[in-house]
Amino acid sequence: MIAAAAAPDRGWRIDSRLVPLVGTVAVFVLTAGYGSVAYRGFFSAQVFLNLLIDNAFLCIVGVGMTFVILSGGIDLSVGALIALTTMISAALVEHAHWSVWETIPLVLAVGATFGAFMGWLIERFRLQPFIVTLAGMFLARGLCYLISIDSISITDATYTAISQERIALGAGASITVGALIALAVVALGAWIAHATEFGRTVYAIGGNEASALLMGLPVGRTRVLVYTISGFCSALAGVVFTFYMLSGYGLHAVGLELDAIAAVVIGGTLLSGGVGYVAGTLVGVLILGIVQTMISFDGSLSSWWTRIVIGALLLVFCLLQRAFERRRA
Amino acid sequence: MQRLLRHRLFWPFATLVLLLAVNAAFNPGFWQLQWRDGHLYGSVIDILNRAAPLALVAIGMTLVIATRGIDISVGAVVAISAAVIALMIGGELVVKDGVQTHVSRFPMGVAIVAALAVAALCGLWNGLLVAKVGMQPIIATLILMVAGRGVAQLLTGGQIITVYYAPFFFLGNGFLLGLPFAVFIAAAVWATVHLLLTRTALGLFIQSIGINPAASRVAGVHERLITVCVYVFCAFAAGVAGLVISSNVKSADGNNAGVLMELDAILAVTLGGTALTGGRFSVAGSVLGALIIQTLTSTIYSIGVPPEVNMVVKAGVVFVVMLLQSAEFRAAVRALVVRPSPGAAR
Repeated sequence: MIAAAAAPDRGWRIDSRLVPLVGTVAVFVLTAGYGSVAYRGFFSAQVFLNLLIDNAFLCIVGVGMTFVILSGGIDLSVGALIALTTMISAALVEHAHWSVWETIPLVLAVGATFGAFMGWLIERFRLQPFIVTLAGMFLARGLCYLISIDSISITDATYTAISQERIALGAGASITVGALIALAVVALGAWIAHATEFGRTVYAIGGNEASALLMGLPVGRTRVLVYTISGFCSALAGVVFTFYMLSGYGLHAVGLELDAIAAVVIGGTLLSGGVGYVAGTLVGVLILGIVQTMISFDGSLSSWWTRIVIGALLLVFCLLQRAFERRRA
Repeated sequence: MQRLLRHRLFWPFATLVLLLAVNAAFNPGFWQLQWRDGHLYGSVIDILNRAAPLALVAIGMTLVIATRGIDISVGAVVAISAAVIALMIGGELVVKDGVQTHVSRFPMGVAIVAALAVAALCGLWNGLLVAKVGMQPIIATLILMVAGRGVAQLLTGGQIITVYYAPFFFLGNGFLLGLPFAVFIAAAVWATVHLLLTRTALGLFIQSIGINPAASRVAGVHERLITVCVYVFCAFAAGVAGLVISSNVKSADGNNAGVLMELDAILAVTLGGTALTGGRFSVAGSVLGALIIQTLTSTIYSIGVPPEVNMVVKAGVVFVVMLLQSAEFRAAVRALVVRPSPGAAR
């Protein structure tokens, strides 16, 4: 590792850590290019903005997941936390008649606390993140059903107004509040990961936990914070999801944790931790979105092809990652 | 007494006994068995029957986890195997000798072998990605988990395929010697695995791979071959579970068959005392774990708690079990309990 970092720059070569990210961007550009040529009406600003609008929640969850995976962990509770957030929001707004501005801070706090609790269990008792967050997933889904088994639809005026708010970007294209939040989260996430002490500590833990500890980095505190961030992002994604669906339901976002992990991996973050970019996750989410869009544009392909194509993409990216790791080793 | 307490299966066994006792307390008829139509009926028999597919998947999962791996594609493999068998058997209505009967599209034996072969192939794919390519097990199997369900839906054309061929129903609904046939299938797989692990060196090899893969390879254990075999077996067991499930519901649903099965199986393995970090494992424990999960579900129904609480209770059980397994937690509790009171310090 150290020898590789100290190797002299050959000028024209891009930083080897950037290769997966460049690959991801290339795949996105190629897919988008193919779609624009093959399908009429595909190449328009609104189609590309819709990618962001329809996947805003996935993007937000993906940023949280990137931090968890960078630190060498995993979080399976994100989909369930989104469902719980939609459920609490819907119950508070519809049944208890809370306002939006009271509801949102509360659900964000619930999400962050939930994440912090899981992080504390993982850190304090040396538990496997996989099992702890799995239990967290059961708990969050179970809590949804405790609130109500049925879907609660939201008719609150402010919620519907925010949900339908469109910010025009000129040339007839527009974007939703959710998509703007997603972009802001990506920007903030990238800043935290690459420009703060906390971000560097996350990379250090993922790279080698023992060395991070010996360097005197606050490993325990950082790990709890990483899961807190993931919990917060899930709750924020849940808020955006509530605007998107205008309902609360215990079966919302089932299996979303896998989509989020897939987006992070396709975005070039190594699952072994320590290597990756938050911006890559955004591109990963866009690739998942464009696959879906192309299959719906095609019309002749059934929806399950989405899963098969995403599986194939995951395979290709993982094989590339392995080849890349071997070359560096 | 001390030896009993320290036995690795003590806690899983105690949990199961406790759950059964709770059941018996709330439901006086819990232990009652009735002999009707030549077989046994009763809550306990029902639990055994329903736990069989989960136990099958958990047995396979135990071996994978014992080698430091994990297989999250088992649910998708269950769906694929169910889709293959349902497609191959089908059951068209034909008139034979003046009687309307349902016939199988392929002989049932061929269909079963084909479905299990497809399942084993899925396992081979996982095994090669893990052992040959060197991917992390969770990612290697994530690929099949995502794509596999798509493949199952592709096979069934997105529909629920109903099977009409009566002999096939025996796998999941039949009775042998008064007990559900599915229980015999699970018992047979368990017995085979148990013999292989205790009568050959395989158990030792698997344990050594789980404790230290590199050292095992240096010591001459065929680490890669065994890893591939373990994944093949896990998918095979999931395939068998898929047959039992599709036979039980007389159909195959590519979208919903085996959903969340991987999580239940991992939970069963953990409950049974197998360490997720590899090495320490117990197949019998995982079977107990599967029984605990099924008993828990029926307890929740029988004591009249609404079924929606099921997941919260399950989460609570997982939290308690994983804390009990953590050495740090036990040390913290011991420090709290053993801490001398101020007066007794001297």
